[in-house]
Amino acid sequence: MGVITEKLPIYIEPMPGGSMVLTSMDFMINWAHANSLWPLTFGTSCCAIEVMMAAGASNHDLARFGAEVARATPRQADLLVVAGTIVKRMAPILKTLYAQMGEPRYVIATGSCAISGGPFVFNSYTTIRGVDQLIPVDVYVPGCPPRPEAFFYGLLTLQRMIKEGETVRKPGIRRKPVMAALPEGITIADIQAELAGLLDRNATVNVPQQCKERDLDEP
Amino acid sequence: MSPDDLVAAVIAIESGVAKKDLCDRLAVNVLPETLLKFMQRLHDDPQLAFDMLYTHTAVDYPVENRIELIYQLYSVKQRHYLMVATSVKRDKPEISSVSSIWRIAEWHEREVYDLFGVLYDGHPDLRRLFLDDDWKGFPLRKDYKDDFMLERPE
Repeated sequence: MGVITEKLPIYIEPMPGGSMVLTSMDFMINWAHANSLWPLTFGTSCCAIEVMMAAGASNHDLARFGAEVARATPRQADLLVVAGTIVKRMAPILKTLYAQMGEPRYVIATGSCAISGGPFVFNSYTTIRGVDQLIPVDVYVPGCPPRPEAFFYGLLTLQRMIKEGETVRKPGIRRKPVMAALPEGITIADIQAELAGLLDRNATVNVPQQCKERDLDEP
Repeated sequence: MSPDDLVAAVIAIESGVAKKDLCDRLAVNVLPETLLKFMQRLHDDPQLAFDMLYTHTAVDYPVENRIELIYQLYSVKQRHYLMVATSVKRDKPEISSVSSIWRIAEWHEREVYDLFGVLYDGHPDLRRLFLDDDWKGFPLRKDYKDDFMLERPE
């Protein structure tokens, strides 16, 4: 059932009566951490349906990546999946839960609400604009809500991050994955302009015109 | 009881009751002064028998300077619905509580007080329900602003 995404860098020396393994302690510990993430069930809105329920169910099967042991207590978990909107009254609870998790602890922010506040970013009296204002976030999974595949990609990214990053000498220091370089001649402004154009074009609808085209009575 | 009979019976209860148009369900407008008496009749009359208040909400109309209060009623016995609407002034939002008729109204009215600032006369325990006790202002009013809120750029 398991999917081996990366091999453990070890050197095996055959010896009489068995064999001897030579590897580094960091690799060993990180490999064990990455492949046994225990998520804390923390779903506050619709993202929990995709990320906790659909991803955990048999069709997608979270167990392939060793992260299926969802726990209802932070004391037994080391991965906090923030799946949903966080409001002012939930913020202290989230901080407490994070503080109660044992080290090393990892955070995945799934969905627009957990990343930036999403649809509630403007004119909301209560929605926290991004969970990274409260706790440090390792991986962001965009989507509203993200599909289970997107969540798996986020999980695999986190696993890669764990395997590459932290050492026993510097606990808690991890390398964040960075965006790949942009193609030559294209700037961020170009991409933003194109996205804004798409939004403008699709954001209006002429109801009488479309009714006429489809032979309907005007509303 | 057919819908037409129901409307006729409801309108006959009190003067100032009028059918409210453009609604999905049967709906009537009531004057705020007569609300409590009207609701008591709706509850007590054996033909109407509205024994359940299943939602109470409000809508803010700042231009018309009013807050519209909506009561959704259902009769388990007669199996019919009725929506009762009334309006209070925005700068003086006072109305009599219906919690003496349906006890669940205590919770609904606390919520409306919390978010719109409507004051209910005769409510046994009018405190904030969802927001913190020291919250300033009523956030579902259209003109609500605070330091935390991010304005939408034009």
